[in-house]
Amino acid sequence: MAAHAEHLEHEHPPEPYYSSRIAPSVLGMFLFIASEIMLFGAFFTAYFFVRVVNGTPWPTPPFHLPIFVAFVNTCILVTSSFTMHWALQSVKRNNPFGLRAGLLLTFLMGLTFLITQGREYSRVGFAPKDGAFATIFYCLTGLHGAHVFVGLSILLFMTIRAFRGHFDAEHHHGVEIGGIYWHFVDVMWIVVYLTVYIL
Amino acid sequence: MRPLRNPLRSEAESFRFLLAVIVAALVIVGAAYLNTWLGVAAALLAVAGLVWWLMQEPVPGAAEPPRKVDPSTPAGQHKVLVVALPGTASVTVPERATEVVVVVPALASKLEAATGAVDDRRADAEQTALALTRRLSRPGVGVRGEVGADDPVLAAEDTMRLFGADEILVAAGDDVVEQIRGRVTVPVSRV
Repeated sequence: MAAHAEHLEHEHPPEPYYSSRIAPSVLGMFLFIASEIMLFGAFFTAYFFVRVVNGTPWPTPPFHLPIFVAFVNTCILVTSSFTMHWALQSVKRNNPFGLRAGLLLTFLMGLTFLITQGREYSRVGFAPKDGAFATIFYCLTGLHGAHVFVGLSILLFMTIRAFRGHFDAEHHHGVEIGGIYWHFVDVMWIVVYLTVYIL
Repeated sequence: MRPLRNPLRSEAESFRFLLAVIVAALVIVGAAYLNTWLGVAAALLAVAGLVWWLMQEPVPGAAEPPRKVDPSTPAGQHKVLVVALPGTASVTVPERATEVVVVVPALASKLEAATGAVDDRRADAEQTALALTRRLSRPGVGVRGEVGADDPVLAAEDTMRLFGADEILVAAGDDVVEQIRGRVTVPVSRV
């Protein structure tokens, strides 16, 4: 008690603030979403200023956006979310084949998306240095591509663990968290696709 | 303000949110095919619609009444939790108390709490906790002080979960006493 009283008198940085007002796991997810929104929001703000405030033609002539290829890529990524969901439903029903097949298909489709995006970059006909339009195009799609890469890394580990039998109906937290991230990446791509390619 | 359901709470909810976004995207693509500005308007409506949908969804646990904290102290011990507002000069605890925890909430304004500028408020609370622990110290009784959350009721509840007192003494208003009574099963009295 006396020792504690002495402890209170010492100079020290403030104690970490914690209360039961919000669970740490929920707070962590909120902070994650908030940081992602701010990150993508910064790029979308640049997009808004370039396209709406400055009135930059979109796409700036003589360049063209490969809308059809991007649409096919969108379909691939959206389908990969369905296989991801199938994988999780399978593990919940103790179906290891569904889990493994679902994760493997998700990984392959994510990889296809990334490779197609790389091919698109090499054939699109402009580079990031070719004006504001090109810079924003590469920044937004590249930022998303980086997220897909992270998601693929997570998926790779999940798939390896699935093939090694680490998950079952009771223990599949690793698949659950990876699934949330993958769906989030998919939602972000739909937003990027709509703003960059469609609108 | 209504609580907004976190659409990424689980994989299943994330997938459901994705499906809603796909539907919204199809509407936007259809509108943009007719006219770009129509597509922009559809996008704004879609975002508003998604937010409205998430606000209509029940937030898990939000409607449930808070579960009362029910501690169990070993026989022969009598733990007392003192909840005192910053600036409280003195309190008295029963003679039979064997262990006392003084918790002082770091009362901060909404602006201070929102900006995280609570260091001064926590320092105030720490000074009060220190003064009260010294005043309550006596042989055979373990006394310690803590700085609690920015709400006296929440500070009491937080401390109860870790400390598990047999009774709570509150050096605050009647409304605080009543609210704490609603959260715990042990006797709560005002001092």
